[in-house]
Amino acid sequence: MNLPVLKAADFASDQDVRWCPGCGDYSILAQMKKILPDLGVPREKTVFVSGIGCSSRFPYYMNTYGMHSIHGRAPTFATGLKSTRPDLMVWVITGDGDALSIGGNHFIHCLRRNLDVNIVLFNNRIYGLTKGQYSPTSSEGQVTKSTPMGAIDHPLSPLSVALAAEATFVARSIDAHVQHLGKTLKAAAEHKGTSLVEVYQNCNVFNDGAMAYAQERKQRADNVIELEHGKPLIFGAERDKGIRLVGSHLEVVNTADVPADDLLIHDALDPNPSIQMMLARMRYPEMPEPIGVLRSVAGVSTYNDQINEQVTQAKAARGEGDLSELFRSGDTWEVKA
Amino acid sequence: MTTSTPTTNKKIESVSGITVRLCGDSGDGMQLLGTQLTNTSALAGNDVATFPDFPAEIRAPRGTRAGVSGFQVQFASEAIFTPGDTLDALVVMNPAAMVTNIADLRKGGILIANEDGFNEKEYKLAKVESNPLDADVIDQSYRVVKVAMTKLTRAAVAEHGLSTKIADRCKNFFAMGLVYWLFGRSLDPTLRFIEAKFGKKPDIAAANVAALRAGWAYGETTEEFGESYQVEAAELEPGTYRNIMGNQALAWGLIAASKISNKEMFYGTYPITPASDILHELTKFKNFGVRTFQAEDEIAAIGATIGAAFGGTMAVTASSGPGIALKGEAMGLGVMLELPMIVINVQRGGPSTGLPTKTEQSDLLQVMFGRNGEAPMPVLAPRSPGDCFAMAVEAWRIAVECMVPVMLLSDGYIANGSEPWKIPEMDELPTILCSHPQEHTGEGPFLPYARNENLARPWAIPGTPELMHRVGGLEKEDGTGNVSYDPANHQHMCDTRAAKVAKIAERIPEQDVNGETSGDVLVVSWGGTYGACHTAVNRCREAGHSVSHAHIRYINPLPRNIGTLLKSFKTVVVPELNSGQLRMLLRAEFLVDCIGINKIQGKPFAVSELVEAISKHTSTHSQSKAG
Ligand SMILES: Cc1ncc(C[n+]2csc(CCOP(=O)(O)OP(=O)(O)O)c2C)c(N)n1
Ligand code: SF4
Repeated sequence: MNLPVLKAADFASDQDVRWCPGCGDYSILAQMKKILPDLGVPREKTVFVSGIGCSSRFPYYMNTYGMHSIHGRAPTFATGLKSTRPDLMVWVITGDGDALSIGGNHFIHCLRRNLDVNIVLFNNRIYGLTKGQYSPTSSEGQVTKSTPMGAIDHPLSPLSVALAAEATFVARSIDAHVQHLGKTLKAAAEHKGTSLVEVYQNCNVFNDGAMAYAQERKQRADNVIELEHGKPLIFGAERDKGIRLVGSHLEVVNTADVPADDLLIHDALDPNPSIQMMLARMRYPEMPEPIGVLRSVAGVSTYNDQINEQVTQAKAARGEGDLSELFRSGDTWEVKA
Repeated sequence: MTTSTPTTNKKIESVSGITVRLCGDSGDGMQLLGTQLTNTSALAGNDVATFPDFPAEIRAPRGTRAGVSGFQVQFASEAIFTPGDTLDALVVMNPAAMVTNIADLRKGGILIANEDGFNEKEYKLAKVESNPLDADVIDQSYRVVKVAMTKLTRAAVAEHGLSTKIADRCKNFFAMGLVYWLFGRSLDPTLRFIEAKFGKKPDIAAANVAALRAGWAYGETTEEFGESYQVEAAELEPGTYRNIMGNQALAWGLIAASKISNKEMFYGTYPITPASDILHELTKFKNFGVRTFQAEDEIAAIGATIGAAFGGTMAVTASSGPGIALKGEAMGLGVMLELPMIVINVQRGGPSTGLPTKTEQSDLLQVMFGRNGEAPMPVLAPRSPGDCFAMAVEAWRIAVECMVPVMLLSDGYIANGSEPWKIPEMDELPTILCSHPQEHTGEGPFLPYARNENLARPWAIPGTPELMHRVGGLEKEDGTGNVSYDPANHQHMCDTRAAKVAKIAERIPEQDVNGETSGDVLVVSWGGTYGACHTAVNRCREAGHSVSHAHIRYINPLPRNIGTLLKSFKTVVVPELNSGQLRMLLRAEFLVDCIGINKIQGKPFAVSELVEAISKHTSTHSQSKAG
């Protein structure tokens, strides 16, 4: 059978997109529509599940199945859906407040269960929809509507949280870095198990430029390091800087000063997350921030496969359940007419 | 192993029913003893009703009053609806058990005490000055039988070479044997149980059998008992029966609903007393296509349930009050999404953590209204353990026919209680048709919120080409399902969701009445108080009072004839284990003054207290009759 060849536009719903002009969400939407046709999954087998927040309006804009659920709980809806319908490709769309504040619990549990869904976390380091309060990823000291004297919470790194939960696929990308974003989303979709992609997303209304160091093309080369499995960690506009592992910490070196062999080689496949965790902890301005796939571990069983496998096994061992037999199992007695 | 029960050579007295309570320390195996006695009595053809009563602590300090675990069972040769008010016999394993339970033993009743459990150390633990068995009033009021159960058990199991600690654990089987002798019960079902449960540990199995037989033999030989009691089989409707507990019946009802609707089941939950046993039961039936999900919390549990419902599965979640509180927001989403699912609340005493192991009916208003916005949900309430089966099937039928989340409201008393259950024939089970639109027919785009005559929308599921649609908690435009802030649409959708639930009244039976459909007093009850109310009303009627009883199993919407019924009686009396929640609903809905009989003690109603309370409202009538 010849499947129709779909284009990005086929994935657009008939609804008007209502994000603020200039919002980073547009670019993520565009890249998603662009990569979906390449995945070969029919639209009707694709489901977007989101929580609440600006980013979570996403499903309305896709011509697929979708559920705009409640704040922070999208992973839970995805769990029931994917466990019962493993044939579907399920995406979870969430924000930093959605996934890490109210939904922190579900976020962790989805990752540790390795449910075969793709989580895209739009990180703008602010609450957009509720108009500008700080979020769990806001910088310390950040002045927002709810923190006039500066935020006093220490920020949370979604990548570190995910690695701590032994997530099997952990990546980061940037709204403005469109090719990289498309490539990363695609890699996430192809991973079997929970994939997490953190996307730096500019909220130009409430937190404009918070991640300009990573988003702007000019600054990006020096402030961001693109990870590729099996390749040494090199960055900089002139590709003159690298990362070296010394004892139990990472340091930036000039590639001119150290032998090429001394540079850290990225191992995304390593099931031991220790070095990946060191990478996740690199923060601007002390260190370049990593983008790309930090971790991609194959062969770990998924929750959806296992829950269904147990049903298959039970049916094989005991036969399809028979109601009449169930009712009469154990002690029964007869009352005669 | 021989499985024959010896026959007694003593006199047998025939009685119509017995109420017995077994109590001891929570480590003494009283629940096991009670369950065995219940099953055996049910197998003997008696009608049975049980009331297990556990301490809230898993292992409360041994020997203390807080650690007393009790199990009450009534077995009878006539139809019974409660585990009984006063006890004919009380078995106590220690002083704490005795002092906390003796008040319920009727005058002249039999008190069997494990003498070995009564010593200085135990008096201290139970906070009594001296041996409570020695009080004169005890000897004068009851037939006291002191048995050295520990010593006798040790002797009986000696040949099996167990440690004293293990040997002493067999004393509940000794007690069981003695009780079996006293009430002419067959040992066979329990011997089979021991074989099945301890078969892999032959020495333990043999010791338990020895203890059981020794208990029986003790009854036969001791001079303390001149006779034993016989309860004839009850006249139940013909059929095949089994004994069933409420939570088990709920689980089985769900499995049945899943089978007859040709849907596999997804059950998402988070452990909480007294709902957890539904999970434990369902996990045994994966071969029925049951997928159970133990979530990280109640919110995740209902979230997963809604996700499964969206995917086209029969989806169920359960909890108790505190967990239902957490599910409130998601239930509202379920109402907006108009997807079929079942939410079960097995009520416990509240508020907050309240009395987790005790029963109450105080979540009625929570399940009616505990959601933000106007978010009506149908509410069904089973009336007894066996009825849980039928109501679980009903809940799913309504959910699918009307595309709505349905609330099933049980309680701890029903959940842990048991009764004989007539096994339904397959053709007695209703058919539940689940259908999903397969393709888009008609003009224009697919309308996910188009409605049929039940006001239900189509259950279009992911994977179906051309039916792609988005659901969510933002208000939906009728028909298209697009997000809409239009004021008139919101009014229309709120009205429609309410009308959809109200219309269910057309699809449920009219309210039935025990007694005349008009008269002096109508007793209106719901949930687990059924047995006590039914029995109390029957007693009032036997005494010549004009009293009828309506027990409501469909609470939202109410059966369509309820209003007329309420208005056909001079007085409406509403007994509830809360401070008047159904009463508030009935008054508000029908402007009929209802009088409450309310109790919030974590305990079910006693029949006698209801008879007294109901009689107050009929006394004028009976007096005038007498005059
Ligand atoms: C239970 C609940 N609490 C609070 C809110 C209000 N609320 C909506 S979105 C949001 C934060 C969204 O922030 P984020 O996840 O970062 O998403 P963004 O809007 O920035 O994309 C909050 C607090 C809500 N909808 N529900
Ligand atoms: S508030 Fe910020 S995140 Fe929300 S749509 Fe506007 S720019 Fe985007």
